[in-house]
Amino acid sequence: MAGASRLAARLARLPGAAWIIVAILVTAGIAGAAGFPAANPAAPPDAMPWWAWPAILLVVSFILGIVAVLGGVGGGVLFVPIVSGFFPFHLDFVRGAGLLVALAGALAAGPGLLRKGLADLRLAIPMALIASSCAIVGALIGLALPTQVVQIALGATVLGIVVLMLMARKSDYPEVPKADSLSTALHISGIYHEASTGQDIDWKIHRTPQGLAAFVVIGVLAGMFGLGAGWANVPVLNLLLGAPLKVSVATSKFLLSITDTSAAWIYVNNGAVLPMLVVPSIIGIMLGSIVGVRILARTRPAAIRTMVIVLLLLASLRALLKGFEIWN
Amino acid sequence: MTDQSAECAGPADLPVIPLALVRPVTGALVSEEQLVYAGHLDTGMKFGLLALVVTFLVYLTGALAPLVPVGELPRFWAMPVKDYLAATGAPTGWGWVNLLSRGDFLNFIGIAFLSGVTIFCYLAVIPIFLRKGDRAYVALAVVEVLVLVLAASGLLTAGGH
Repeated sequence: MAGASRLAARLARLPGAAWIIVAILVTAGIAGAAGFPAANPAAPPDAMPWWAWPAILLVVSFILGIVAVLGGVGGGVLFVPIVSGFFPFHLDFVRGAGLLVALAGALAAGPGLLRKGLADLRLAIPMALIASSCAIVGALIGLALPTQVVQIALGATVLGIVVLMLMARKSDYPEVPKADSLSTALHISGIYHEASTGQDIDWKIHRTPQGLAAFVVIGVLAGMFGLGAGWANVPVLNLLLGAPLKVSVATSKFLLSITDTSAAWIYVNNGAVLPMLVVPSIIGIMLGSIVGVRILARTRPAAIRTMVIVLLLLASLRALLKGFEIWN
Repeated sequence: MTDQSAECAGPADLPVIPLALVRPVTGALVSEEQLVYAGHLDTGMKFGLLALVVTFLVYLTGALAPLVPVGELPRFWAMPVKDYLAATGAPTGWGWVNLLSRGDFLNFIGIAFLSGVTIFCYLAVIPIFLRKGDRAYVALAVVEVLVLVLAASGLLTAGGH
């Protein structure tokens, strides 16, 4: 309840520009749903030319790229629920595109994060092995289940993400009294250079077995819904394992490049990848991310984060309505 | 570049693995394998994205006729993937390789490259782990490569809706 009241208070402070973006997305969604019933292939095609939806997808992906950077979330977690909810594309293709969007973003960010010592390869490798293996299972389950079931599960998962975003706390430098035996055996520890203070910060982790178990669930969800998994990676790395926040955020982003690789192959090999959806989405999100980084300093993060939560709430509601066949 | 050698000392019964850390230009402390991984990732990612954009432009211009005409796409993209495959005759697995003369399937060069670059990054760091005697990470990296190759092989197919 405290989370809900905080959200209500934040909504009251949302800037006008944020409401405009929400309105554009919702209007496009309503128009799309009305003009092109996605769940009914027998429905007559709408009057729009073939290129209109890919063009709208490019624009919306661009906006999502900006919002994702400003809201501190991955593009994938916004892309799948919003595009599957408000565009005519089937969920199978949206999930394939979502995975490739998240993968491209992670691949682009990975080299810089590794070279700066923010992402840590030794921390990532064991977690990635569990997550990427389970992402394969998740992808196979997601493609095998009936669409309605996946829609309902997606709506419920996105609602869970919203709750996580409202409730989860972060810790810049979690206290790790003693590294556990597994992380000690694997020599998972590091030193990262905090540029703002010029200090080298030693870190180590604990509760590694519990962290690996969490990545089983994260991997399955990432593969099943094509969401990316930064929303779950960061709390596990930061709060459960005790890695510093910057290391957690960077390692999470890098981890996606491995987790999503395995799931992406399953979607590619099962035919669930349409280049006409994938390429505009990747280009839009990446260009939006570049713009987002440039305007990051001039925005109010709390307000943008509230907008992200509102978008996710709308998208989860839409997924549930579609899943229960109340509003196709 | 300042070199800083560090050894990660474990408990007495565990092997001591030399973790030579180097400071690249940013002042960060980074292991050799991490820098090698980053280098391969950087090159592969740039090539993959370039291939994706170039092949998509070829697709849009119609220089190579697509298997599914672009004007027909709205009839198919709302279908479940099984129905789409049945309606269009689009291939699964690595069948796209035989259709590279088609504008839509030409795009899979970039998609496959982006989806495969991580495998090459792992293959590049395995010799470094071997040289350092880091057997646990050799094993983890080899198993990861096997997992990714299995995913990429096309052997794993989903059941129908």
